[in-house]
Amino acid sequence: MERSVTLIAIFAALIAALGALPPVSLGSGIPITAQSLGVMLCGTVLGAWRGGLAALLFVALVALGLPLLAGGRGGLGVFAGPTMGFVVGFPAAAFVTGFVMEQLRRMPVGIAAGIASTIGGIIVLYLFGTIGFMMVIGTGLLETLAVLGVYIPGDLIKVLLAGLVTSGLARARPASILSRPA
Amino acid sequence: MISLTSPVETRAHGWPAGLKLGLLSIATLILFATQDILWHLSFMAVAAVLYALPGWRFFRVGAGRLWLLWPFVLGILLWHLLTADLLAGCVIVVRMVTAVALANLVTMTTRLTDMIDLVQWLLTPLRRIGVPTRGIELAMALVIRFTPVLADKARQLVLSWRARSARRLGWPIVVPLAVIAIDDAERVAEALRARGGL
Repeated sequence: MERSVTLIAIFAALIAALGALPPVSLGSGIPITAQSLGVMLCGTVLGAWRGGLAALLFVALVALGLPLLAGGRGGLGVFAGPTMGFVVGFPAAAFVTGFVMEQLRRMPVGIAAGIASTIGGIIVLYLFGTIGFMMVIGTGLLETLAVLGVYIPGDLIKVLLAGLVTSGLARARPASILSRPA
Repeated sequence: MISLTSPVETRAHGWPAGLKLGLLSIATLILFATQDILWHLSFMAVAAVLYALPGWRFFRVGAGRLWLLWPFVLGILLWHLLTADLLAGCVIVVRMVTAVALANLVTMTTRLTDMIDLVQWLLTPLRRIGVPTRGIELAMALVIRFTPVLADKARQLVLSWRARSARRLGWPIVVPLAVIAIDDAERVAEALRARGGL
């Protein structure tokens, strides 16, 4: 119990710490932050329930007014803005990532983490993000996807990183990969 | 840790957090139910007055936080200009800015402690049915403490990378950061257990 609580809390903090790293820009000039990498890692390392709770805790603290989102954003205004779907979708994305990870127990950790992050961290997250964007801005589905699509290459890089980092962690701290109980 | 609460004391700082959130929910519902641009402009004017009441400093900080929305405002207006429906675009823009402004206003006038009290109150029904909510409260406190610690350790990792390597800072830094995070969590869990646990 204590271990679950502290691991959930530290992974919520990890999402924030990754968001605070300086953003990198792919050639296109679109800034890419490592924040959603943190959400993917919640799922691939902690599994569905604990990973989902870690992301939920992060989102709750953003709502309470802590500036934990990339660029020091936070507070209730985030949930009225155009990117609110992504923030609201973090817990579901981490949960699905963890769930897929748990189903792929026979696969090598890195590959399983990559597949899980693609499904949870991209497909599920963009589902929420797209709906939120359409609700606030009132665009149609195709326009929304065209706008948000520019971020997909950056997210594919993060999927690759999630795989590499998770397999690194599985070697360094195998006992702490709760999505893969020994 | 720095929160987004305004250091400028306003009268609303003393109001119950639940009341402010309730008012915000009603205001947001009204905003999304209205289509008329004149109404939306008056709502926006009301929001501007609310920001102006506590004084110039408060107004400037609040306006600065809204500035983040400009790419969306520009994008929406351009899009509606192209589809020749500028009025609809204006309604969307004004509504979005007002909704974000009002939500930010609640965050700026509510202390973190008041928000956490509200969460504890909201968790009461869960406690009644036997869910151990102490873990949730502890986890919130832990994140608030862990975040600056982890961010600081990330900065140290960046510095040691730069001190040793001529290559550009890269992703391998995330692995030691996550290892540090996990080790911290395990140690804190052990310390909690040693003090009688949850």
